[in-house]
Amino acid sequence: MPESPTLELRDITKSFGSVQALSDVDFEVRSGEVMALVGDNGAGKSTLIKTVAGIHAADHGEILFDGQPVHISSPKDAAKLGIEVVYQDLALCDNLDVVQNMYLGREAHDALQRLQEAVMEQKTSETLRSLRVTTIRSIRQSVATLSGGQRQSVAVARAVMWNSKVVILDEPTAALGVAQTEQVLTLVKRLAEQGLGVVLISHNLHDIFEVADRITVLRLGRNAGLYEREKTNQQEVVHAITAGAPTKVAGITTAETGAPA
Amino acid sequence: MTGDSAVEAPPAPLSADPEVESFGTRVWENIKGGNLGSWPVIIGLIGIVVVFSLTTENFFTAVNFNNIITQMTGTTMLAFGVVFVLLLGEIDLSIAYVSAVAGVVAAELQLPDSGHTLPGIWPIVVALLAVAVIGLVQGSFVALIGVPSFVVTLAGLLIWQGYVQKQLGAAGPIIIQSRWINYTAQYFFSKEAGWLMAALISALYVGGIVGGIVQRRRHRIPLRDPALIVLKMVGVPALAFGVVAICNHDRGVPLAGVLIVVFLVFWTYIAKRTTFGRHVYAVGGNAEAARRAGISVARIRIIVFMISSFMAGVGGIVLAARLSSVAPDQGGGTLLLDAISAAVIGGTSLFGGRGEVRSAVLGAAVIATIANGLFIHQFSNGVIFITTGCILLFAVTLDTLARRRQAKTGR
Repeated sequence: MPESPTLELRDITKSFGSVQALSDVDFEVRSGEVMALVGDNGAGKSTLIKTVAGIHAADHGEILFDGQPVHISSPKDAAKLGIEVVYQDLALCDNLDVVQNMYLGREAHDALQRLQEAVMEQKTSETLRSLRVTTIRSIRQSVATLSGGQRQSVAVARAVMWNSKVVILDEPTAALGVAQTEQVLTLVKRLAEQGLGVVLISHNLHDIFEVADRITVLRLGRNAGLYEREKTNQQEVVHAITAGAPTKVAGITTAETGAPA
Repeated sequence: MTGDSAVEAPPAPLSADPEVESFGTRVWENIKGGNLGSWPVIIGLIGIVVVFSLTTENFFTAVNFNNIITQMTGTTMLAFGVVFVLLLGEIDLSIAYVSAVAGVVAAELQLPDSGHTLPGIWPIVVALLAVAVIGLVQGSFVALIGVPSFVVTLAGLLIWQGYVQKQLGAAGPIIIQSRWINYTAQYFFSKEAGWLMAALISALYVGGIVGGIVQRRRHRIPLRDPALIVLKMVGVPALAFGVVAICNHDRGVPLAGVLIVVFLVFWTYIAKRTTFGRHVYAVGGNAEAARRAGISVARIRIIVFMISSFMAGVGGIVLAARLSSVAPDQGGGTLLLDAISAAVIGGTSLFGGRGEVRSAVLGAAVIATIANGLFIHQFSNGVIFITTGCILLFAVTLDTLARRRQAKTGR
């Protein structure tokens, strides 16, 4: 296992007009770990993720992937590196079945653009089985008939099917009941076991303490702490979220000249 | 919520051991998921045929069977295009007059001694290219600029109606003598050719299914529903030979009917077996999801509007051929509403993302059969409109209820 992070962000700064959304934020995720990203509303979680996903570019800062500096200027660039984002709204087509959604936009086809259903069906069922997503009765049933947890599972499975190395999950349990949350958290752990770097964005500290290995706290667009789950507790993290002072990961020190707090 | 119980249910192995899903459960699952499929319209069509057969003598005859086929062909062609537009959740109101444009262009170009006469099939080819360009322009307004399709095609309706009236208003109708055009509605194949076609269709269909089975075997995917596969392999050839048998009692298989089958097979293939078709369904189901998945939504929209105009053009040629002429009122009357009604009655949703190419044929058959049967009963046009309207309302209500049901089942 390489100890250097798979994905590393350094000094990411981003402002929208006069609003400073991110100032000198550092973030990293290693392969095989679940890195939680927490913070109050407006702390900059989404902005940070969109930078990685190629939705918008940072004004300043560096992105390293497997130790190499990279430029991510579109979602396609992110996908090419192996970074997949599962957004809160899942982006599934309700009218299509599980297989069709898994391959949405990347359908297996031959030279004549003919769909290769058998190939897609086989790979889909393999992927779901490897993630032990077993509650879906038929992969040919439309996504509209699935429960919230099953839909989340399909969206996650779709993200990891493409040899991805980093998967970012945006509030995957926000809309789910207890049993379904459990189902999704198990899935999250399994992704890390399979060697992926998992970024978990969540408001729910209970969920985070159940699955995360490390926790990055953002507050007002700045780093407010990086914790290892086993050496911290919920109170400490809550304190960082609500009242944490800006911190910087050791090693990199930049002159913090009068940025508004 | 229904979702929690689904999770607590004992996890069934996911096609790990070949759990064969029966046809019945799948239909039921689809209905629960808001997808009624073609069942309501097929049952309805059978009911209509039975009623008319019992109440009049001249309805259930081979001659009338061929009549209905030629009567429904024009509408069916337009409805094929409508299905694609509806799958996107858009609408195309221009099709009736676009079909008239194709008729007028083809009629002008076949006119002998006009100085711009084209030989053979070329008038048809040029007319279809011209209307495809109309689709390109209208689709671009919708897809690239974002003007609502309702308004773009409403403008198109006026513009192309104006064009037809301007072309024919002074000169009056153009008589069509080109056999290439007229045969699309008037030619009947010989009995032998009919049987040959039935055999060909059966062979291709059965071959296709067997090919699919071989593919699945190679990838070790369990076959779904062997009973249904057998039923299809027997049913479609039986239907093909049955239709040819009826047609051969009369003048033989009409070319118009062959056109329906050819385009039905072609567009079904495009919709169900190609990446393009998959993307049409995706854009209609969730355009934002499609965009994020890397699908060029604008490209799909433009091509679909081109398909719509192109098929309207094909329908326009057939409609012109039926009367061997184009008149200033070409494309008027109930053509537009019949074509859209056909797609909707056939089971294609107005809300986008759900529907089948075959719904164009089924819906057009319902409309043509009702008009034909009521006409034999000597009811007036008024009664025919009222009946068709009621069926349309019923079909849309069914679709809306199914959709509400889907919203309830989903998540």
